[in-house]
Amino acid sequence: MAKVLDRRRLVPNLHLIEVEAPDVARKCRPGQFVILMPDEKGERIPLSISDWDPARGSVTSVFLTVGTSTHKLARLAAGDEIPVFVGPLGKPSEIASYGTVLLAGGCFGIGAIYPLARALKQAGNRVLTVIDVKASYLLYWEDRFRATSDRVYIASRDVALESKEYVPAKIGKILDEGTKVDRVIAIGCTYLMYSCAMATKPRGIKTIVSLNPIMVDGTGMCGACRCTAGGRTKFACVDGPDFDGHEIDWDELFKRRKSYFDDEIRSLCHWERAEFP
Amino acid sequence: MAEEKKDLSPDAKARLKAEYDREGRKELRKAVPLKDRMKAGRIKMPERPPDVRNRDFGEVNRGLDPEAAMAEARRCWDCANPQCVTGCPVGIDIPSFVKLIEQGKFLEAAWKLKETNSLPAICGRVCPQETQCEDLCNVKKATGTAVAIGNLERFAADFERGSGSVAIPPLPPATGRKAAVIGAGPAGLTVAGDLAKLGHAVTIFEALHIAGGVLVYGIPEFRLPKSILKAEVEYLKKLGVEIRTSYVVGKTATIEDLRADGFEVFFIGSGAGLPNFMRIPGENLVGVYSANEYLTRVNLMKAYDFPNYDTPVFPSKRAAIVGGGNVAMDSVRTAKRLGAERAMIVYRRSRQELPARIEEVHHAEEEGIEFHFLTTPIRYIGDEYGHVRAMECLKMGLGEPDASGRRKPVPIEGSEFTTEVDMVVVAIGQSPNPLIPQTTPGLAMGKWGNIDADWKTMRTSLEGVYAGGDIIRGGATVILAMGDGRVAAAEMDAYLRSRPRP
Repeated sequence: MAKVLDRRRLVPNLHLIEVEAPDVARKCRPGQFVILMPDEKGERIPLSISDWDPARGSVTSVFLTVGTSTHKLARLAAGDEIPVFVGPLGKPSEIASYGTVLLAGGCFGIGAIYPLARALKQAGNRVLTVIDVKASYLLYWEDRFRATSDRVYIASRDVALESKEYVPAKIGKILDEGTKVDRVIAIGCTYLMYSCAMATKPRGIKTIVSLNPIMVDGTGMCGACRCTAGGRTKFACVDGPDFDGHEIDWDELFKRRKSYFDDEIRSLCHWERAEFP
Repeated sequence: MAEEKKDLSPDAKARLKAEYDREGRKELRKAVPLKDRMKAGRIKMPERPPDVRNRDFGEVNRGLDPEAAMAEARRCWDCANPQCVTGCPVGIDIPSFVKLIEQGKFLEAAWKLKETNSLPAICGRVCPQETQCEDLCNVKKATGTAVAIGNLERFAADFERGSGSVAIPPLPPATGRKAAVIGAGPAGLTVAGDLAKLGHAVTIFEALHIAGGVLVYGIPEFRLPKSILKAEVEYLKKLGVEIRTSYVVGKTATIEDLRADGFEVFFIGSGAGLPNFMRIPGENLVGVYSANEYLTRVNLMKAYDFPNYDTPVFPSKRAAIVGGGNVAMDSVRTAKRLGAERAMIVYRRSRQELPARIEEVHHAEEEGIEFHFLTTPIRYIGDEYGHVRAMECLKMGLGEPDASGRRKPVPIEGSEFTTEVDMVVVAIGQSPNPLIPQTTPGLAMGKWGNIDADWKTMRTSLEGVYAGGDIIRGGATVILAMGDGRVAAAEMDAYLRSRPRP
């Protein structure tokens, strides 16, 4: 059992969970993920790691409430226990001095790119961060990015933020302005990562994405997370989660992510009927 | 395909002889005339009816009752030169435990088993006895049917568990030496039990949230009830073994980290990860599972009880399982139980070459499983949502024997045909898990991603690091993994004793 130290709503539908896991915290590197189970009957789901604190012995993730597991997580409070919190899994992201790195994050991915911003800045890169939010009230951790990035851009469909564009358009604009970018890293929903990869492909800028297929064990045993990269089948949990976005078979990934679409709705309805009779 | 016969060590031979000459054994041999022993037919294992059991996950075999067990034990002649023992990967003193059953000393029979086998209730259920001990049984040579050693093993272990008096052997004083066992599967559980009984402080590190490895995620409830595994794990805990679940060695900590924490000796039993696929078109369609994923969803995550449990699994109506081993049999029978109208085995060789236990094949046939021999898939066809809807197959003929001694399947040109399916489970084996090899510098590796260990001592290229089970063999059986564990534990104990305390 792992103890929940904090569970907070950051913005509507996006929550932060901080779990006591000293062994995991000691080993975390940017780009890795954990597998957790919200309760004994729950599913094993992967979450990107957004932060960790070896001294406090804790690991933090940001998640979007979508299905049963994440709704269950969103109802946890400090002091509660969850049966599974295992990691850090996956290969860490490559951190090196690339020159200028553009980070693009949306939704839970805003949290997930934060460790990368910190590590890449430390490695001597010029870090440009593009945060994608649909509206101003969905923006979180802007201060953290201001502290770790050379420039922070917001891509939004909200006049209050004086922006009317989706991330790929923003990336295009930044590049059109003549900014030389050596590497793009995009984390968020599959569509955001796909769009960013498509935006940079014609320009030939290496673009890393952190794939989020369905997983079960997360340690290379089951093969649920297989995806096609560069024409070869890869297991995202042990070969990834980072891949070159220009090499991914996105159509396959979209379809595989929807494998259990009907079951996910059935499961959530079942849970809601029990929780809110 | 019989397993290799093992030559017994002089020690083991002497022990067998001492038991053979023990007071009472001789009288017992004489108590029933040999021709009566030979006349008695093998007692059939009682089973639940096929059309009832193929709709639920309750155990198929019901186990022998005491009278039946004693009658079956009476079939054994107690021969002077027992061959059965040489076929057992862990060298169980089979005549002794069988003769204890014949005398009605069931608890003592269980203890006799536990001297050499820490998991008899499991082995009695999942060992391929027909290619091991029972294949070499002298009664089989004379009468055509072996003594049901596996059924008797199961009986004794179940009797002990049911009696509520599970014996904890007297433990020697603690040595204070720390041993790390990586993976709580059959190999790891064996090592842990043996080392704990020698007084060492053992910690098992298990990646999943429940101990058992393939016994919990792979082998279904209808073949190995989870309550049995649970009892075995509780027994290990009583021996003082610490089990840390959700701990991935190679990720949460490396072997070097554990060494720094004071562990002196290591056993890697991390098993077969990475399911193999055939690399044919359409294998990544939705509805094409690896057997590992399919069985893990159902067994470990309890998807058969969805939505009471959150993990889903496809409720297939026409399921094709590719492969002919025990894992394929487990998968196809699971699909049937989850409501498949047609649950099919698609196997590229013929019935003779099926690697599965004979009992599993019989059970599968009784339960209405279809077998399509000499057939191999060449392509999966998807619908507009990317879900598998059909598979294209090729008929095979049998050619010359290959390296494994089995006749090699050869495609018959122009024999392609397409059949509708809504789920495919690929059960053609797996490669060793890569996590520890990737994160342990200096660990010598074999050709197939397996850890290169000496199969006689289980030693790896790193000092104090041993390995066994599927991580070195690439895909074998529970009992071979346990045999490796047994050898490794003895070697690890000797290693610790040969070194000064740090």
